[in-house]
Amino acid sequence: MMAVIVNLVRKGFYLDSVGLMRMSREIAGMDGVEDAALMMATPANREIMRHAGVLAAEGDMAAASDLVLAVRARDEAVAHQVLREAEALLDRPRRSNAEAAQWRPRSLRAAQAARPSLNLALISVPGEYAVAEARKALGRGLDVMIFSDNVPIGDEVELKTEARAMGRLVMGPDCGTAIIGGAPLCFANRVPRGSIGIVGASGTGTQEVSCLIARHGGGISHAIGTGGRDLKEAVGGITTLMAMDMLDRDPGTETIVLVSKPPAASVVQTVRRRVAESGKRFVICFLGSDGIDLPTNAVAASTLRDAALLALGRTVSAPRQPGHGGGSAGRIVGLFAGGTLCAEAQIILQRAGLAVASNVPVPGASATGGPGHLLLDLGDDEYTRGRPHPMIDPSVRDEPLAAALRDPANAVVLIDVVLGHGGHADPAGAVADVLKRHRGPGPVVVASVTGTDEDPQGLAGQIARLEAVGVEVQPSNADAAEAACAHLDQTHGR
Amino acid sequence: MLAADPVLVDVVPAASVMPHLADRMILHAGPPIGWERMCGPMRGAVTGIAVFEGWARDLAEAEGLAGEGAFVFEPNHHHDAVGPMTGMTTKSQWVMVVENRKFGNRAYCTVNEGLGKVMRFGGNDDEVLDRLRWLRDVLGPALGRALRECGGVPLKNLVARGLTMGDEMHQRNVACSGLFLRALAPVLARTSGAREELARALAFIASNDQFFLNIAMALGKAIMDPVRDIEGSSVVTAMCRNGTDFGIRVSGCGDEWFTAPVEQPRGLYFPGYTEADANPDMGDSTIVETIGLGGFAMAASPAVAGFVGAGSAADAAIFTREMGEITLASNPEWTIPSLDYQGVPTGIDIRLVADSGITPTINTGIAHRKPGVGQVGAGVVNAPLACFTQAVRAFADRMGVR
Repeated sequence: MMAVIVNLVRKGFYLDSVGLMRMSREIAGMDGVEDAALMMATPANREIMRHAGVLAAEGDMAAASDLVLAVRARDEAVAHQVLREAEALLDRPRRSNAEAAQWRPRSLRAAQAARPSLNLALISVPGEYAVAEARKALGRGLDVMIFSDNVPIGDEVELKTEARAMGRLVMGPDCGTAIIGGAPLCFANRVPRGSIGIVGASGTGTQEVSCLIARHGGGISHAIGTGGRDLKEAVGGITTLMAMDMLDRDPGTETIVLVSKPPAASVVQTVRRRVAESGKRFVICFLGSDGIDLPTNAVAASTLRDAALLALGRTVSAPRQPGHGGGSAGRIVGLFAGGTLCAEAQIILQRAGLAVASNVPVPGASATGGPGHLLLDLGDDEYTRGRPHPMIDPSVRDEPLAAALRDPANAVVLIDVVLGHGGHADPAGAVADVLKRHRGPGPVVVASVTGTDEDPQGLAGQIARLEAVGVEVQPSNADAAEAACAHLDQTHGR
Repeated sequence: MLAADPVLVDVVPAASVMPHLADRMILHAGPPIGWERMCGPMRGAVTGIAVFEGWARDLAEAEGLAGEGAFVFEPNHHHDAVGPMTGMTTKSQWVMVVENRKFGNRAYCTVNEGLGKVMRFGGNDDEVLDRLRWLRDVLGPALGRALRECGGVPLKNLVARGLTMGDEMHQRNVACSGLFLRALAPVLARTSGAREELARALAFIASNDQFFLNIAMALGKAIMDPVRDIEGSSVVTAMCRNGTDFGIRVSGCGDEWFTAPVEQPRGLYFPGYTEADANPDMGDSTIVETIGLGGFAMAASPAVAGFVGAGSAADAAIFTREMGEITLASNPEWTIPSLDYQGVPTGIDIRLVADSGITPTINTGIAHRKPGVGQVGAGVVNAPLACFTQAVRAFADRMGVR
């Protein structure tokens, strides 16, 4: 069958050629259409249409100020149908999508040009590029938070030394949590503002302390992250000391909490001297190093929970005496998303007289495979290589949790659920799903939820999800670890 | 760049102002290239221009001569000149002269041939060559007389007005072509010898929405040349392509070209043509992006943004704002009403390109890949990142940075 060429002329109708080309493409793609064109009938355009084999006599006679709708189609019916649709396209009301497209700056320079008041850069790029990006940010007058890890410690020292000379703060590398002026950065929770400042070398430690302060009615001025290596000998606590200076100067901060794993001995002395110079009250929580000699304006906290309570001016009960005899048949298995929460639990179990093994052992604990109760940090490299952190993707815990529930040697399974910005939308739901699938008898499951009701996931709802599947939810990680110990005691009828 | 004062002062035979433009030398668009690596349209134009110059009797003989090495090929950029698409410039063609009155330098570009089948898209038949002869024998001399009579047409202000009227000076030159004609028509009438000749000249300019493009290109070249050879300057002084390679030059890197394979434009096609017909990107016209127009001034010309996206004013603004990330300043005199009179992003810094990975956006016409066919569409293309990363390395070497 022969194709037909049909033209329609709109006298004195002008439309921009780009708009016409887009419509041409639209109608040329319709069923039964061989080719089509919407063009102003200038001599040059008529030539193009003639060449394309879509120009009929009507179109050829049109004037330059006329619009030609030209189509070559399978048959007359199709051609006329298509031209009707083309006319509808021409006449349809124009939508403005001014709202749809929004420019987002892609460089620090452009972001600063658009918002000159910006003063902090958050850097999350592969570790090998992080230092170069941080230097650029520092050079642009910005304080820096580096989420990236895998930055050599030598580079960290250089960067922090340079930044200190410029009077700027470097939080990190490997800094997962900060709350600056009420803004949660990376993994952080929605907590009210208040008079307690936090300097934290650990992410989940800062999250737990800030959430417990919030849940007891207090608030946070700023939570400044330092990165996990800041209190090592090589770095010498550069960021910690600068953060202490900042909070010391901040009129909104009355009490300062330091949260970290045990620092290098030399750094402890430096930090101690800095504390002594300050007029503010300090709570020092160096997890796993009891018995630091502190100035009179400071108190030591042996757990994250105690750090929060002491910061609020509450008293804390003395550590429970070791009350558990050896030789128990039941085992505690802890499966943690938060590294510092895992460390805190190890400390509490040890204090209860239990032997502990961990993939990230605190002083006194043995490595995985050693005797005793097993507490695993599932956020450690061996579990996260090539996959997301369990706070982002809680399914990392699914398989170990299911296995722990099946193992008759386990008396208690201890878990943490960490809420907040940056984390998974429903981490408790992931735990609940595994528990629902478990059949038959199993160990007691004890959990704590780090978070607030203002967090995106909502504290109350997450607790409810866990309780609905029989999880015993404790008000803090420390309480959960203590409850786990208590369950062992009961198991053995002490 | 911002201090430049470009004025279109004359139209003259190329050989009279380009001392090194020899017989049987063909200037082409883009970085240096020989016959063997030239794309279809460029070869088509070469054979056509050889016939036009009388170096060959017909296209077949011209092709044979080209293959034997009878012609010398050099970039326009080596002769203070620029040319659109294939960019053919030879001794007896007439070129427009833009003088940068602030710095005293001059730049050249041939007169736009109009739309349809033209040599800049590789067209080379009698119709194309006859038009070139008319440009040489009639229009060129007439324009030259008029421009000398009126003392030249200042261009900086004309471009500023064009931007407020929806031109971005690469794909869209409707307003500037009209403004130019308005400025020149009275003088042309006064200096023209014959009424028919005048009528044809006026009709030729009036019927060509892209007439101003070649003027904008010479203006771009005149603005950028004083920026060349500034030690320690990482500003791009030229971007161009020959249909095979994309090339850039950088102020602090002397006359060195940094090249990479040219990319394929994304765009819309005339009826009867598709992507399969498209030649890779071509021409010296990217000099207009180098000075902050074209793709960089997309926000002034939302219609042009339609070649790649939805074509809303907001989409167009994003192109311009993104180019702000790789440029050092915005031009206080060339402003865009829809961006609250923000100036066009100006002065591409190779370091900012390499750092951000954002490459210059270029508005371009699309030529048929076969010689002689002509334009088949228009669209947008990006400068290849490799040109800029190479340039940064070379620049760092020169600066003694490792």
